[in-house]
Amino acid sequence: MAIKLPIYMDNHATTPVDPRVLEAMLPYFTEVFGNAASRSHAFGWKAEEAVEIGREQVAALIGAKSPKEIVWTSGATEATNLAIKGVAEYYKDKGNHLITQKTEHKATLDTCKRLERMGYEVTYLDVDREGRVDPEAVRAAVTDKTILVSVMLANNEVGTVQPAREIGRVCREKGVLYHCDAVQGAGKVPFDVNEDFVDLASLSGHKLYGPKGVGALYVRRDKPRVRLTAQIDGGGHERGMRSGTLNVTGIVGFGKACEIARLGLAEEMRRINALRDRLEAGIFGRLDLLHLNGSKQHRVPGNLNVSFSYVEGEALMMALKDIAVSSGSACTSASLEPSYVLRAMGVSEDLAHTSIRFGLGRFNTEEEVDYVADLVVEKVKRLRELSPLYEMAKEGIDINSVQWAGGH
Amino acid sequence: MAAYSEKVIDHYENPRNVGTFDKEDPNVGTGLVGAPACGDVMRLQLKISDEGTIEDARFKTFGCGSAIASSSLVTEWVKGKSVDEARQITNQQIAEELALPPVKIHCSVLAEDAIKAAIDDFRKKQAAKRSG
Repeated sequence: MAIKLPIYMDNHATTPVDPRVLEAMLPYFTEVFGNAASRSHAFGWKAEEAVEIGREQVAALIGAKSPKEIVWTSGATEATNLAIKGVAEYYKDKGNHLITQKTEHKATLDTCKRLERMGYEVTYLDVDREGRVDPEAVRAAVTDKTILVSVMLANNEVGTVQPAREIGRVCREKGVLYHCDAVQGAGKVPFDVNEDFVDLASLSGHKLYGPKGVGALYVRRDKPRVRLTAQIDGGGHERGMRSGTLNVTGIVGFGKACEIARLGLAEEMRRINALRDRLEAGIFGRLDLLHLNGSKQHRVPGNLNVSFSYVEGEALMMALKDIAVSSGSACTSASLEPSYVLRAMGVSEDLAHTSIRFGLGRFNTEEEVDYVADLVVEKVKRLRELSPLYEMAKEGIDINSVQWAGGH
Repeated sequence: MAAYSEKVIDHYENPRNVGTFDKEDPNVGTGLVGAPACGDVMRLQLKISDEGTIEDARFKTFGCGSAIASSSLVTEWVKGKSVDEARQITNQQIAEELALPPVKIHCSVLAEDAIKAAIDDFRKKQAAKRSG
């Protein structure tokens, strides 16, 4: 069978909507279109019913005891903003200190930076070379002013899975709330808010084959009961935690996506791990001077992040023009700095410029993996023939010993 | 990743004059500019006659598509020029020819620097030859 181009391997950025999810959503655009907050007629009741089923499906995926612990949002960025700002504001008389870590998503880091400008204090923990936080470092950072720890479940660039349970346990022992940005991990690896001692968790629909524009914040209601100050005011929806008319179609799709993810988790992990391992073997077996970024042992199934020494990431992406991947190279961003995630893990700047992230997902096939591996090998070889650094390295010159003139 | 002009894509896919000259050759000037930590390194080599005419050029570049295209382009432009003429090539001319977007202007700056560095290296060698 001929391979269909382009090939999508950027499933950390977003995922396509699963056809089963789309099918579940369709009636809610035109037939069951009511406002879930309309209490006076059947249109509203049916919409509300659908929303509550969605709540149960999301709650079930993460092991929440009650669907009432799910607060709908527009996405995970909003959920994270609500979690961090909402807790900081509500508990401001208890303390003004928050703990997070350096490879968090910008939704967390930029929210923390804003809080710092407002007078809060934030500790940004270091990670090890694999991108993991030491739970004991969390313990050591907790002070009598600490109100919240925010550490993600899995990283969006390198796929590193954090020791969430150990971090959660420390937080519980210390009596501080634990917020976990579970966007990249939920539905991909086992995650249970009770077993992992999580008090707040951010989730997104479009990272697990649901639609864009819908997310949720898990807010624990019992032991401890977490309180939040709402960040969006209005009609008092979501028990006052998040006003705004609910995105019923989105919620139906998100719920269905969570159900599919929960029921198929073990099988899908196995299948996508096998695809990723095949891609990794196909590339590492045929090229030298490669570096795996992240953790071989603790990573989400679909992630493969590789630095192709002496080949700049954007140039490689240009060569892989029919393959959708992403790079930690500076050239892919508005700034000239390479990936802060790789830098925080101790990856040198020159290697960070050569990194490519492959994100495999539910709809990738072995044929696609083989095609991509072949193409990557061919193009890296071609670009290395063009690279003065590769030539120097092959001549035995230590690139780091050269006095490089001029910066960017 | 910015959208590339056709000329950038052409130079990227069919780079001209890729390769290496013997850097010990007294008639070869080598310019190595940029830094790996910045994501761009260009090496431009010019083969220059004793009369100061650029007879041939080679490059190798580590960098994005625009950096590769900028260096490929200048290898074409410098051939047949005197070193003084080659020194007149500016980054604006390179950026214009390749229709580089603002975030890629540094690639053309690097290519201009590479020409100057290669000529300076040649002149240093020539001076050493005369004094030696």
